[in-house]
Amino acid sequence: MEAFLNSIGYSSWVLHFLLLFPLAGMAAVLLAPAERAKHVAFGASLVEFVVSLPIWSAFNAASGAFQFTMDAPLDWIPAWGIHYYVGIDGISVLLLLLTTLMTPIALLGSFRYIQAREKTFYAMMLLLETGVVGVFVALDVFLFFMFWELMLVPMYFIIGIWGGERRIYAAIKFFLYTAVGSLLMLVGILYLVFKLQAQTGELSFLYSDLLNVSLTFREQVWLFAAFALAFLIKVPVFPFHTWLPDAHVEAPTPGSVILAAVLLKMGAYGFLRFLLPLFPQAATHPTIVTVLLVLGLIGVLYAAWVAAVQPDAKKLIAYTSVAHMGFVVLGIFAMTVQGVQGGMIIMLSHGASTGAMFLLLGMLYERRHTRQIADFGGLAAVMPVFAAVFVLTALASIGLPGTSGFVGEFLALLGTFQTHPWIATFAAAGVIFAAYYMLPMVQKIVFNALDKKENAELPDLSRREMAVLAPLVALMIWIGVYPKPFLERMEVTVVELLQDVDQRRLVNPPPLGELIGSRSVDGLSDR
Amino acid sequence: MLLDFSTQTHYLWALLPETVLSVWAMLVLLVDVFQRGDRSEPSRPGIARLTFVGIVLAAVANAWLGTFREVGTDGVMALDTFRVFTNYVFLLAAGLFVLVAERYLEQERMKYGELYVLVLLAAVGMMVFAGSRDLMVIFIGLELMSVAVYVLTGANRRDPRAAEASLKYFLLGAFSSAFFLFGVALVYGSARSTNLAVVANVVGIDGLGASPMLLIGMVLLAVGFAFKVAAVPFHMWTPDAYDGAPAPVAGFMAAAVKAAAFAAFLRVFLTAFPSLHDTWGQLVAGVAVLTMIAANLIATVQGNVKRMLAYSSIAHAGYLMVALAAASTTGAASFLFYLVVYTLMTVGAFAVVLVVGRQGESRVDIDWYAGLGWQRPVLGIAMTIFLLSLAGFPFTGGFIGKFYILRAAVEKGMIFEAVILVLASLLSYYYYLRVAWYMWFRTPADAEAHEGIAVSPGVRAALVAAVIGILWLGIFPGSLLEIAERSTAIFAHAAGGGLPLSIR
Repeated sequence: MEAFLNSIGYSSWVLHFLLLFPLAGMAAVLLAPAERAKHVAFGASLVEFVVSLPIWSAFNAASGAFQFTMDAPLDWIPAWGIHYYVGIDGISVLLLLLTTLMTPIALLGSFRYIQAREKTFYAMMLLLETGVVGVFVALDVFLFFMFWELMLVPMYFIIGIWGGERRIYAAIKFFLYTAVGSLLMLVGILYLVFKLQAQTGELSFLYSDLLNVSLTFREQVWLFAAFALAFLIKVPVFPFHTWLPDAHVEAPTPGSVILAAVLLKMGAYGFLRFLLPLFPQAATHPTIVTVLLVLGLIGVLYAAWVAAVQPDAKKLIAYTSVAHMGFVVLGIFAMTVQGVQGGMIIMLSHGASTGAMFLLLGMLYERRHTRQIADFGGLAAVMPVFAAVFVLTALASIGLPGTSGFVGEFLALLGTFQTHPWIATFAAAGVIFAAYYMLPMVQKIVFNALDKKENAELPDLSRREMAVLAPLVALMIWIGVYPKPFLERMEVTVVELLQDVDQRRLVNPPPLGELIGSRSVDGLSDR
Repeated sequence: MLLDFSTQTHYLWALLPETVLSVWAMLVLLVDVFQRGDRSEPSRPGIARLTFVGIVLAAVANAWLGTFREVGTDGVMALDTFRVFTNYVFLLAAGLFVLVAERYLEQERMKYGELYVLVLLAAVGMMVFAGSRDLMVIFIGLELMSVAVYVLTGANRRDPRAAEASLKYFLLGAFSSAFFLFGVALVYGSARSTNLAVVANVVGIDGLGASPMLLIGMVLLAVGFAFKVAAVPFHMWTPDAYDGAPAPVAGFMAAAVKAAAFAAFLRVFLTAFPSLHDTWGQLVAGVAVLTMIAANLIATVQGNVKRMLAYSSIAHAGYLMVALAAASTTGAASFLFYLVVYTLMTVGAFAVVLVVGRQGESRVDIDWYAGLGWQRPVLGIAMTIFLLSLAGFPFTGGFIGKFYILRAAVEKGMIFEAVILVLASLLSYYYYLRVAWYMWFRTPADAEAHEGIAVSPGVRAALVAAVIGILWLGIFPGSLLEIAERSTAIFAHAAGGGLPLSIR
């Protein structure tokens, strides 16, 4: 296998291929006859996934450096020091594979759901894939930002055109919320770049160059705030989460799947890729860390309570996303190896379980055109396969031992406990709450009495639907039973990242109060 | 060719593109008069083609002009790359206008060709306005441009709205010209010259910075320019004028007139008053902030797409003023780049408004755009790209342009202005996207709602050119960036390169 990959120069072209191929697929979809559009799109995303698979084995887990890069960055806009440069490390490799896996699944899952304007829909989904892949592989901050924004457009149209009743409201809210954060991040990026130019005389947007900028503590705090806002909204962390339930509920099933499984991860990816290494003094400041951990904790608990009272199953699942991502924030800002690894595993697990949950609810919706929990009951009798998958997915979402959710939450809590035992203690309650909101829903939909005659005739899962769900179920169990291959692929990168942050932290951080009330960021005046 | 302005012919050579265009304007006028007898033709594409040829010839002359060199740097007409660059922008706007205007004349059953003559004369005015180094000649250019555009605004004689718009524009424009002229007089009174380079020397040496007469003169000049670029609080005429003017004229005004005023603004202030940047820089930055906030706020509540675009053009004046306030070579280069992109997207957007508006431009309310994208995908996609570019979205030229301006601002330590710029852009996302959501998310009133929209070959060519230009500049901006940077090297000594003049 390795010899074959080497002979075709796999590692030198795979990332470019993954970035550009969905665009080719998009062109093919637009040229194809309308009734074939979905097959073309699914085929393209499947090819993309198959081509991305060898990364799993070709990735060198013993190295924390960027892999699959080019020999040298390619000049894109030389006058500005902007490059085309891509590569992946232990943090992005799994998210990249998650993306290429989830796209064909979401596309296959939308064959029946999407009935109108199919060509445009599938073209948008493939454009979205390019955007997300771009975010995970870009090693030039400008390039990263371009893709970060690019992905907004297809998502805006997916929600706005194929969404539910309040789709316009949801689409515009999604767009504006995300744009607020990213625009301030843009100013932050520019500030960093000019700081670099002032210090080295060189203008460059390369990630590796920006790591060398030396910043005062005050600058770090302000820039941290500008970047963090973008990521906190994207994740989303309480209190920036209000766009999420609207977007999820209104989006069509495949949109929800991609949104939950992949797009939310971009925010957490931003934490690890930018916030920690670029601004270590701010990211380790006790006050900032505490605030972020408490926000994560509130997300875990509050979202659980809100989820428990939702009559709409899809909205309930949307809130569970907030809760799960709260755990991710806890794990990351615990700044321990277990914590970060746990956060990463939760991301993968959440991608699989929540993605599956949205697909399952979408399948119900296709049959009954309702998502109200009260409209169902006793489905286990008429749809046994559906019921089995539904229960398993719910358990994985809760974090039952033996499923992926357990591994992630356990590691994240363990990591948090080492540095912030009280917060970990409270967060552990969130696991219990997860059972509190999830199990009643499972009971009301799948079990209880089959008392509504509309439900008596529902057909069980078709073969296509089983094919959609099978890989996700396998992933949930695989991570739950044997997480080692996932953990070892990220281990070196995470360890090196945390060591690097630890070395560059301030030993005696000044209180934040001193920064507030001062005139402005000290500018580029020291050049 | 080396020009030392020792003989009259040297002046003629220095005015080569202007001369070509003026002569061609006369020619078009004559041809139009002799053809007018023929009333049976529904439209007169011949005149449009003839005009287009003139614009191409002027562009060739302009390219030739770029090879000329001058002795010294204080000749009445500047022979620098900055002038050549801005000339191209005006010609681009005029060329796109000619492509689109044909459709308007047909739609309104207007058979006269003055529109084309006036646009050529306006372009001559712009070239003089932005390319001269003498305040008096600049004023002549300003007037030549303005008078032509006043008439263009009221070109549709049967439309009372156009007459109203034209009159309003004329009155306020005359007002602003008076401000400008008074400013010129005061500057002349204190610096004893109207030549920008001489003024700069006198201001720099004599320490005239403290002279109230000079300062007032400078501020009055700025007010005159602010009127023309439609900066808040001198913007009151803009929405009415744009709304009443024929859509192609509105696009031409928003793009070219504004570009010319800005280019002259930049040249005058960076050449004559670089040493007073501390004063006017803050003034311009203040106006920029005000403009960005006010225009974007008002634009969010506009239900008429043409008025929305008018406020959007005011907002863009605010962004450009940030580049101006930065007063660096980066600022000037970002400004040039933005002018090109801005011309493409504005003229494109107004072209869509024109064809959707139909006869009498009666369908300019946003409701008429419902479902447009699905029934007329080409128009819908083009408009979406223009809107995304206006909003400054990645992979469009608008993003690179805005990014460039942000870069100039951050480089100068103008963090506050940069933050306001991005927050204002955020507001603008709302109203640009609103048109997009009407086009794509709403269902039209009936299945044939957009059947009657006729896209002429000229409009199609303009739309395609604009879309390709915007995407090209958004993905491969490198070459134009380099040209823009080279074109502003002349301000390097005045502005001190990309280095900050002051840090606030």
